[in-house]
Amino acid sequence: MGLTCQSSGKGVLREDFLSYETKSDYIVALAGNPNTGKSTVFNALTGLKQHTGNWPGKTVTQALGNYRHGQKLITLVDLPGTYSLLANSPEEQVARDFICFAEPDATVVVVDSTCLERNLNLVLQVLEITPKTIVCLNLIDEARRKKLRIDVEMLAIKLGVPVIPTAARSKEGLGFLKDTINRVASDAIQLNPLRLKYEDRLEVAISKLAGELEPLLPERINKRWIALRLLDGDYTVIDGIQKFLEKKIVVEGFAS
Amino acid sequence: MTQVTQITDLNEVVRKAAEYRETQDESVRDRIVSNIYNEAETLASSVVSHLERRVDWDRKIDNIVTSRILGYPLMLALLGAVFWVTLSGANVPTDMLANFFFGLEEHLSALFFQFGAPDWLHGLVVLGTYRALAWVVSVMLPPMAIFFPIFTLLEDLGYLPRVAFNLDRAFKRVGAHGKQALTMSMGFGCNAAGVIAARIIDSPRERMIAILTNNFVPCNGRFPAIIAISMIFLAGGVISVYGTILAAAMVVALILIGISVTLLVSWLLSKTLLRGEPSTFTLELPPYRKPQIIPVIVRSLFDRTLFVLTRAVIVAAPAGALTWIFANIYIGDLSVIGYVAGWLDPFARAIGLDGIIVLAFILGLPANEIVVPIMVMSYLAAGSMLEFDSLLAFRQLLLSQNWTMLTALNFMIFSLLHFPCGTTLLTIRKETGSLKWTVLAATIPTIVAVLVCFIIAQGARLTGLV
Amino acid sequence: MEAKDSEFTLSRLRVGERGVVTSLHAQGIIRRRMLDLGLVPGTVVESVRRSPAGDPTAYNIRGAIIALRAEEGCKVYVELL
Repeated sequence: MGLTCQSSGKGVLREDFLSYETKSDYIVALAGNPNTGKSTVFNALTGLKQHTGNWPGKTVTQALGNYRHGQKLITLVDLPGTYSLLANSPEEQVARDFICFAEPDATVVVVDSTCLERNLNLVLQVLEITPKTIVCLNLIDEARRKKLRIDVEMLAIKLGVPVIPTAARSKEGLGFLKDTINRVASDAIQLNPLRLKYEDRLEVAISKLAGELEPLLPERINKRWIALRLLDGDYTVIDGIQKFLEKKIVVEGFAS
Repeated sequence: MTQVTQITDLNEVVRKAAEYRETQDESVRDRIVSNIYNEAETLASSVVSHLERRVDWDRKIDNIVTSRILGYPLMLALLGAVFWVTLSGANVPTDMLANFFFGLEEHLSALFFQFGAPDWLHGLVVLGTYRALAWVVSVMLPPMAIFFPIFTLLEDLGYLPRVAFNLDRAFKRVGAHGKQALTMSMGFGCNAAGVIAARIIDSPRERMIAILTNNFVPCNGRFPAIIAISMIFLAGGVISVYGTILAAAMVVALILIGISVTLLVSWLLSKTLLRGEPSTFTLELPPYRKPQIIPVIVRSLFDRTLFVLTRAVIVAAPAGALTWIFANIYIGDLSVIGYVAGWLDPFARAIGLDGIIVLAFILGLPANEIVVPIMVMSYLAAGSMLEFDSLLAFRQLLLSQNWTMLTALNFMIFSLLHFPCGTTLLTIRKETGSLKWTVLAATIPTIVAVLVCFIIAQGARLTGLV
Repeated sequence: MEAKDSEFTLSRLRVGERGVVTSLHAQGIIRRRMLDLGLVPGTVVESVRRSPAGDPTAYNIRGAIIALRAEEGCKVYVELL
């Protein structure tokens, strides 16, 4: 029974998102600002086993790659490089919809260690959507060269998710990153993601709407975040929800 | 059924959200974004500490490469240097490869005759297919193997956004987007790649302009031919420092012409078919990064050089065979090629070329790389069979076909400005989803190329230069 | 003094000068893009360099160097620091 539940529930939209079929154990999304060495991380992890295509219905390039780690086959999905996930461009929308609706087993946010403030903006937005996040503190060698000291443990505690320093160009930290991806994907790590607090009036509205969304949406979808998007007037998120629900009808129709 | 009601329930929630928004005086979005950024700022300042203030090399470099006085000359000098290195570096290996391949050809021919193969088979396989392949590999491989890694290094270093930064004003003036400079840079590698790169431009209007004008940048399928012709006619086919500098200058001049035409056509498009205001422009100037030399070379050799070469070889083989057939099937006392070329000749002469050149460009539609092999083969079949194993031999062949400085110049101009190759056109069709724009992407450059060549030819003739 | 001018904008900052964003006078997608870049009220922005052609200008916005055209820069109101 558990298996049926898995196949009909989790990531029902995945196949709508991926430009080719995968048989992997975990699907992992790779997000990040432009110019953070995200593609270097992608290449370093997946080597030459890559596949490129377009995101369905969009002229945005999609890159997928596979690798094995700890007896698991992992498909890494390279999301477009964006500063935020507020859906101001097709790229941002693609990245956001994938993280929210394709329900990746883990989302890795690649950040530029030398420019942490700007990059944390994206990390915080990803954390609003999904707790299963790993921060890849890339270009750590550049940060060292620039004599920047980053308190990695403190950052991990504050964000409530694993923070892994890497220098993808010299493969530094990638083994640890892979271990952590597997542990997050298999729910072996307790995650306690930082929750942004908005001003009281907004918080009240968020809780109210989230409460109303609760019975309408599947358990894994983050209602607080959807509520926030709706309050922001970002109706592109509704397309995603509707697609999700239609798909659910079909899938559950088969299941019953 | 319960699921269907969910969607209507959802609409109810959306309505409530909209109601809330109306009660707000200030934009909810502003407050959300401010909140996130402020949180990021607090977080970052609590975990990052500067151990010491360091010299900001990025700023120092940018002060030079974007300086008012040096910015533009440096861009030109860099472009010139890249081409000079490519030209002078490619000469020797090109000759070596040509010697090798044409040495091999003799053995191949001997083998064919030894086994008593009929003439037509030898012609088709050796003189047609093999020669086209030998040409494509020996003329294209060396410049590509030098140019691509250098260019990838510049890309990796982070120099290209600076080019866009320097040139944005010009693009804004003509109603286009500064990032078009980046798509043009990609076009040096392959115009199809440049067309795909136009995705980085958000405004559909400006993206279309970038797509339609991308082929005014000579791709690698064309610049080996341009390089070869400029070496022949400006450097006299002999390798010398002076000659290669002159040839490199010629290539740079051609690229400048290409950029001017790009701006002009962009301006015309934004005044006519693609009217509109320039959209917003934001461009990040990322920190310079030390490129990883070895991976860059490996990547550019495998991903780009071999990929492009394979494509060229795949097209060149059948094209070579086909050209040989057409050059050797006679109608009366004229070959098919001679026939068609003769028919094209009056038009071709008017734009300073000849029938065979124009025919080669038309037959070269599948891939620009095969234009020169087709041309050479047609010349060889029509005239004397000379040894063809070096740039000097190539020069003699062209001179024997009455090539002048004007022919050489217009060949390069036509190559620079004419219709994009088949692959690029297919890509444009895919990216724009419109047949109309694809047709325009082929016709606009062709009209421009014919017009420019016509003006040059007539001008040269009127002033008595040729 | 120009600096006290309430209508002082990003594009009027000279290279090397810094300002604090007070408000954005843009709507729709342009405003959203600017917010995305971190141009929210309270952000300190430094004018870093101008293109040799005079426009666009590159600014240091929250640690990244971002070039904006004058058309966009004049929509960001700042207080000179």
